[in-house]
Amino acid sequence: MADETGRSGAFSRRGLLQGGALALAAPALMRRAWAQGAGPIRIGFPVPLTGAFGAEANDQVRAAQIAVKEFNAAGGLDGRMAELLVRDDKLNPGEAATRTLELIEKDKVNFLVGALSAAVTLSVNNVARERGVLYNSISQSDAINEAKDFGRTTFHEALNPHMTAGAVGRYVFPKHGKRVAFLTADYAYGHEMVRGFRRAGEALGIEVVADIRHPIGASDYSAFLPRLAALKPDVLCLCNFGRDQVVSIQQATEFGLKRTTKLVAPVLLFTARKAGGDAFEGVVGGTSYYWRLEDSVPTAKAFNDAFRAAYNGAVPSDYGALGYAGVRSVLESVKAAKSTDTDKVIAAMEALRADFYKGPQYFRACDHQSVQSVLIVESKHKDQKGPDDVFTIVGTEQPDEARLRTCAELGHKA
Amino acid sequence: MMIGPYPLDLLALQLVTGVALGAIYVLVGIGLSLIFGLMTIVNFAHGAFFMAGAYVGVFLYGYTGNFWVSLVAAPLAVGALGLLVERLLVRRLYGRGIDDPLLLTFGLSYVIVESVRILFGLTGIPFGAPPALRGAVDIGIGYFPLYRLFLIVFTALVVAALWLFVERTSFGLIIRAGARDRQIVQVLGIDVSKVWLVVFALGCGLAGLAGILAAPLQGVTPEMGIPVLAEAFVVTVVGGMGSLAGAVLAGLLVGIVVAMTSLIAPDMTKMAIFALMALVLLVRPRGLLGRAGALG
Amino acid sequence: MSGALTAPAARGGTGRGGRLLRQAARHRVGLTLAVLALFPFVAPYEALAVNILVLGLYALGFNLLFGYTGLLSFGHAAFLGAGAYGTGIAIVHGGLHPLPAIAAGVVLATVIAAVMGFLAIRTRGIYFAMTTLALSMCVYYAFYQMEPLTGGENGLRGINVPALNLGLVSLPLIDPLVKYYVILVFVGTAVWLFSRLLASPFGAVLEAIRENENRARACGYDVARTKLVAFVISGAVCGLAGALNAIHLSIVPIETMHYAMSGEAVMMALLGGMRTFFGPFVGAATFLVLQDGLATLTSHWQLFTGAIFIAFVLFLPSGIWGEVVARLKRAGS
Repeated sequence: MADETGRSGAFSRRGLLQGGALALAAPALMRRAWAQGAGPIRIGFPVPLTGAFGAEANDQVRAAQIAVKEFNAAGGLDGRMAELLVRDDKLNPGEAATRTLELIEKDKVNFLVGALSAAVTLSVNNVARERGVLYNSISQSDAINEAKDFGRTTFHEALNPHMTAGAVGRYVFPKHGKRVAFLTADYAYGHEMVRGFRRAGEALGIEVVADIRHPIGASDYSAFLPRLAALKPDVLCLCNFGRDQVVSIQQATEFGLKRTTKLVAPVLLFTARKAGGDAFEGVVGGTSYYWRLEDSVPTAKAFNDAFRAAYNGAVPSDYGALGYAGVRSVLESVKAAKSTDTDKVIAAMEALRADFYKGPQYFRACDHQSVQSVLIVESKHKDQKGPDDVFTIVGTEQPDEARLRTCAELGHKA
Repeated sequence: MMIGPYPLDLLALQLVTGVALGAIYVLVGIGLSLIFGLMTIVNFAHGAFFMAGAYVGVFLYGYTGNFWVSLVAAPLAVGALGLLVERLLVRRLYGRGIDDPLLLTFGLSYVIVESVRILFGLTGIPFGAPPALRGAVDIGIGYFPLYRLFLIVFTALVVAALWLFVERTSFGLIIRAGARDRQIVQVLGIDVSKVWLVVFALGCGLAGLAGILAAPLQGVTPEMGIPVLAEAFVVTVVGGMGSLAGAVLAGLLVGIVVAMTSLIAPDMTKMAIFALMALVLLVRPRGLLGRAGALG
Repeated sequence: MSGALTAPAARGGTGRGGRLLRQAARHRVGLTLAVLALFPFVAPYEALAVNILVLGLYALGFNLLFGYTGLLSFGHAAFLGAGAYGTGIAIVHGGLHPLPAIAAGVVLATVIAAVMGFLAIRTRGIYFAMTTLALSMCVYYAFYQMEPLTGGENGLRGINVPALNLGLVSLPLIDPLVKYYVILVFVGTAVWLFSRLLASPFGAVLEAIRENENRARACGYDVARTKLVAFVISGAVCGLAGALNAIHLSIVPIETMHYAMSGEAVMMALLGGMRTFFGPFVGAATFLVLQDGLATLTSHWQLFTGAIFIAFVLFLPSGIWGEVVARLKRAGS
């Protein structure tokens, strides 16, 4: 049991960081030349290498490197190569703001891609927006779509909680029942997921029997569970993330909730599932990417193969795939615009109609949200074939702008 | 029967849940409180020792497949680590006031956590209750997880054993005297350094024990000790530093407060324990069962 | 022993080191500022330099209570955060000019410090540390819950001040060097006022309390009031640091208020030397440069920061600057 941990990541990451350090040591003069458009295309990539999501961040970096490698192998932008400048945001918005300033002011990056937590992505976005640097966020957040935080340089490659929770709700409520309870991490991301579920549920006539908020980062959920168990809901939506999700699912199982209730999580993380063990069995959730998509989508197969070839047969995680897509969207748009000029690249990204790794997707005009499919997965356990075979894809909600909150609701002018 | 909007059964079940939650707090709290009370050391590495206990236990479980082996070995291993830390590091700081050990153990917590990340990876390891303790049983007011019942009973046994050790052995007498007045013990010609060594190791071992006991509840991660440290501080302060009975009382109290707030005002749960701590400090600064004057 | 820099001057060392030190002590504010003025040219990058400036001020404010009064607080993040949120909210929700917004942040921090101080100074020693910790966490959760104003977990965004309009001139804060020097003006003024305060009779009373509280009381000083005043001033200085940080980063993360941030103040003061005037700044610079550099080299940087802390406690307990001053002093006598 003990040797199942993701040890593999620690070593390759050091190499990546040294790459970053090398870039740092490059002479200042050369940097100035690059900024003027002669040198490589530099993409700043702040991700939480230290902290609770180190494994996910590590995967983001590895997959992003593939996008860079592919771009360079295809000749770059008329011979101009791309490079990735990885920075550790330590999962802390203050550190992320400092690192973003470093990337913009000192390293003179052309573009920014990255972040994992909502608070960090909003922080990076705020700094980048003020300085007119294009930023493609690969972190899940509803707030980044809203007019208050949005800037014309802001793009959102990841799904947002509204899309994922909505898709999961539309799959689960008709199938498993209308008496629904929520156990929600008490912060914006948690509230956003509840909103997504409720919006989807309204149309389906669900009855919300409880909406319990727990503090983020709680290590024990036992105090919330007797009450939930007593209610015997058909569906329990765990609107939390990462560690909170793993622990709450484990403890809900322990309190016997699975006897009466379907456990549902808006976002099931590949890495968290691998670390969460058998407690995840039967839990249904959403994701932007799962590697078994390769059975039906050719671009997924190509991406997985490139990843396997680069990293000893490992398969990419959901956040990894986002790292790849985030960087690739920017670089493909650079190619289409034939320039690194921010305005031209923005226009190219707005016009992008892509199928990079999961089927068709595009950025909506008003908020630059990537309109894309949502996968509904159910966690396996007993019939697992190998450690990576953790989910069954039970449904796919095709890309549909109508599933998003409207531009007007987000405060964008028509 | 209803009390306010809640059925009595639910309140009772919530109370039992609070006691089970408190069991972990009690064990971490006692260790911190002993070290605090006797050695004037604010052990910032206490959460790291807790985490180390969980990892040692889970690692051994992977090899032996026997939870009971882990339950015995984890506290021993962490206690041994505590011995080393006291001998090699903390010992050099006696007489330097409270700031230096605080900074040292703060640094040490980083070293321990990062070492675990290097050895066992970043992601954490899933860990469930041993098969014999899985499932839930009907305790008359509803179903309750068997493992948590075990946790309550086991903690009670450990506390009883500790009580016997402190109250009924000559070494325990020295510990009690030391908590009351360190100088007297020194004047009596007792080798205080040996007492401190044992107390430090004992405190760390208890943190390790709490760690392996908590592992089946939440799995193990390198960061699992961070919130525990703050909670242990609360228990220590509320109970009174250096008081065994105080730590037990405060641990259970904190557990029950958390469980009840979770029912009534879930979003206030975390604030509640700090509010409790602030309240106790302002009304009775030495803690519920602490002695006046100590460490003032 | 207040500001070890002044002590040898009073004693009158005769050697070269002594003379040097005497001179240095007289001009400590000027020297501090001279060093800080050149700092952005040696720092790895400007944003880090501003961080050092701001957190150096934070550590300095904290050290008024810790190093000079002998009160170990674990709640100063509340003031750093209150300053930052006060300023940020005034700009984002109130649309205020940055200058009154900074003032608003300092006032908010001062008020919270007054309330917390009033409650906390009744306790002593380790209980004081724990009381401040608990109260600051209550402040933390209060701000956390006020999501419409503070942004909650997501933090407060949108504190964008691309230029500081002073009527006659407009300073482009978007330029990192300009931002550094504008913030340096604030920090410099605070350092100067701080230095004056320590040289005043009030500074002497603080010292007397640190050395022996009962004796100070017997001498007729109002110990409780002095402690409270020190607590509030300390909180106000940290509040200013927070206000400047909000403008620097254009966001306020909720982490600013967490007790881990209070811990950082303790670490920086101890690392630099809590018994010296300049120490907290040296501590902040060391702490931040170390973290930044190590994090660039290895993802296991925490292993090394941890080990370095341990080494410092064991081998350099008076802190970096404390050690430098002590050596100069030895050379002087």
